[in-house]
Amino acid sequence: MALKKCAVPFAGTAEQEKALYAVIDEYKSVQGALMPVLQGAQEIYGYLPIEVQTVIAEEMGVPLEKVYGIVTFYSQFALNPKGKYKVAVCMGTACYVRGAGDILKKLKDSLGIDPGGITPDGKFSLEDCRCIGACGLAPVIMINEDVYGKLTGDEIDGILAKY
Amino acid sequence: MVNIKFNGKEHAVAEGLTILEAAHESGINIPSLCWLKGINEIGACRICVVEMEGARSLVASCVYRLSKFDEGKNIITRSPAVLESRKTTLQLLLSNHNKKCLSCARSGGCELQALCRELGVDDENRFDGGTSPTDIDNSAAHMYRDNSKCVSCRRCVAACEKLQGVGVIGANERGFKTEIACAFDMPLADTACVSCGQCITACPTGALSEKDDTGKVWEALNDREKVVVVQTAPAVRAALGEAFGFPIGTPVEGKMASALRQLGFDAVFDTNFGADLTIMEEANELIERIQNNGVLPMITSCSPGWVRYCEAYYPEMLPHLSSCKSPQQMNGAITKTYWADKTGVAPAKIVSVSVMPCTAKKFEISRRNQSGQGTYPDLDVSITTRELARMIDKAGIRFADLPDGGFDSPLGNGSGAAVIFGATGGVMEAALRTAVWKLTGESADSPVEFKEVRGVEGVKTAVYNVNGKDINVAVASGLANAKILLEKVKSGEMKLHFIEIMACPGGCVNGGGQTVVPSVIRNFTDIRAERAKALYSLDENNKLARKSHESPDIKQVYAEFLEKPGSHKAHELLHTGYKATRLSK
Repeated sequence: MALKKCAVPFAGTAEQEKALYAVIDEYKSVQGALMPVLQGAQEIYGYLPIEVQTVIAEEMGVPLEKVYGIVTFYSQFALNPKGKYKVAVCMGTACYVRGAGDILKKLKDSLGIDPGGITPDGKFSLEDCRCIGACGLAPVIMINEDVYGKLTGDEIDGILAKY
Repeated sequence: MVNIKFNGKEHAVAEGLTILEAAHESGINIPSLCWLKGINEIGACRICVVEMEGARSLVASCVYRLSKFDEGKNIITRSPAVLESRKTTLQLLLSNHNKKCLSCARSGGCELQALCRELGVDDENRFDGGTSPTDIDNSAAHMYRDNSKCVSCRRCVAACEKLQGVGVIGANERGFKTEIACAFDMPLADTACVSCGQCITACPTGALSEKDDTGKVWEALNDREKVVVVQTAPAVRAALGEAFGFPIGTPVEGKMASALRQLGFDAVFDTNFGADLTIMEEANELIERIQNNGVLPMITSCSPGWVRYCEAYYPEMLPHLSSCKSPQQMNGAITKTYWADKTGVAPAKIVSVSVMPCTAKKFEISRRNQSGQGTYPDLDVSITTRELARMIDKAGIRFADLPDGGFDSPLGNGSGAAVIFGATGGVMEAALRTAVWKLTGESADSPVEFKEVRGVEGVKTAVYNVNGKDINVAVASGLANAKILLEKVKSGEMKLHFIEIMACPGGCVNGGGQTVVPSVIRNFTDIRAERAKALYSLDENNKLARKSHESPDIKQVYAEFLEKPGSHKAHELLHTGYKATRLSK
């Protein structure tokens, strides 16, 4: 069993915690209000690590598994923060047919993480995204604002080395 | 009433029933898979579909409730379209199913297998393709989960959350990646799972199963150096027969004892003896707490699932738990001390096995309950009713043809009070039989039956006036019900002296280690009540004693060894402690 806990240590501030409890207080007595609480929490922290989900579960009086089940069901929720460099692989139709799958696999191997993951040093995060509108350059990846097009798997390590 | 037609024939059925229930009442079976009455009514699997007049598509009969708007409608339960749809649904389930049926723990009792046979699935590989990647979680002491055999029906999730109020398992991810697991894919052992096994008996396939410890028992039985003793819990005799074709609720105490002898155990004991010991100690503890202003209400501690729940979810209530070990552990402790001494067998040579209706007992034997010398564990192996049935099969014993045998004494005879431990309210009644006798001057005609605490309701309360003083008691079974009761105790809404809590709904007769009853039967028969009847009949017909303190074995062991309830020796061997745990809830 691969434990799906976040690779990067949790560094929530007292301010964030206060904001989280405020959101919880607002919805505590409302039936079925787990979704808005989770959305609020993600806005505060940017992601929903076990530390945050545990507080939500305890305060809302539901099992942690119930919270986690919802978080993993909806793609809008993230279990990991974004890295210093956000690597996004376009999986739009054009990129996909030009080999985006191979590019993604190469990135997964080089970084040692799955989409939605972050490297333990917090440097890179990886995600697959929908069409970014650069179909002429397919297959395309973005690292923060930098766009790399017409890629082959061999170029990936050289690109990552620049960061 | 609503007048409807099933397959063209008119039936009058009660409004509010689902189509599936109404059909059953009208003598027509509609197959189902994900439906567990009362707890999992989600219409997810689509096995129970039917054709209904006026409906645009097939209707899931387990969730469609009939109303006056359905008056006169014809429902077809077995049209070609219905049968084809059910078959295709099964084939789609099989496309993502690990079809290693021959070696599966549930082979023969699998509901998926039975449906395939029933609906004529002729090609299990019709939809061949990718399968979801799955892991096996065997981290817990009592069970494993093999999701390659999971059909995502969520019956286990419903049992955990709704019956037990625990909810440590659920559906993670979505679509093809959906998997029943714990939060953050934690191993089950790291969660506040109470080991009750209700998920196992809810599972229609072999995805969930107890850890099979029969290998350890066979090994001991084949080792000439070892003296292998066995004890069987009260509830086992109420359900073991089902594995060999006996109707639900058939008591098979005598055949069970004979089967254990044929398996080669050197001594066959009865946990009923341990149950009587528990009553002696617990009744004594209750009276002491009442007379000396001790912590009240006192709560029973026989159910290891409940004990684990209390440690994880209600640590503030731990002082209320009786310090008595469970009957299993008491029997074990006496075996390796008193019995070992008496028979001259070195405790180190003894392999002590228990047969339990319970998966949490596998966890309980690893608790720090040590015998007097502190060297030997009270128990060495704990197997479930299901594992014993498998051993009997493997040994080629013709269970149904066995003559009625008996147990070895002492440690083998129990009172009627002991045998009802297996039903919710039984421990309470057994304790009252002895406590009231004690409090009323040990009169031989003190009351025997306390029927107010019997029955399958989740929470029961009663007041008994003893010597002009009211004793308030309550009984809860199923941890979700226990939670309701505990909250009332904590808030002060209920003032009680004594509480019995059993983790499993209906008590041990419906334990997580019992013979699995398929949903087609479970949805329409109250197995808790049927099995409990078997135990109450054994109690009524017990010629030896109906109160624990009257049991000859009990009198002997106190006279020869333990002196009196609550003695120093009794405390050393028969009592234990608890501590709060911090596990992921």
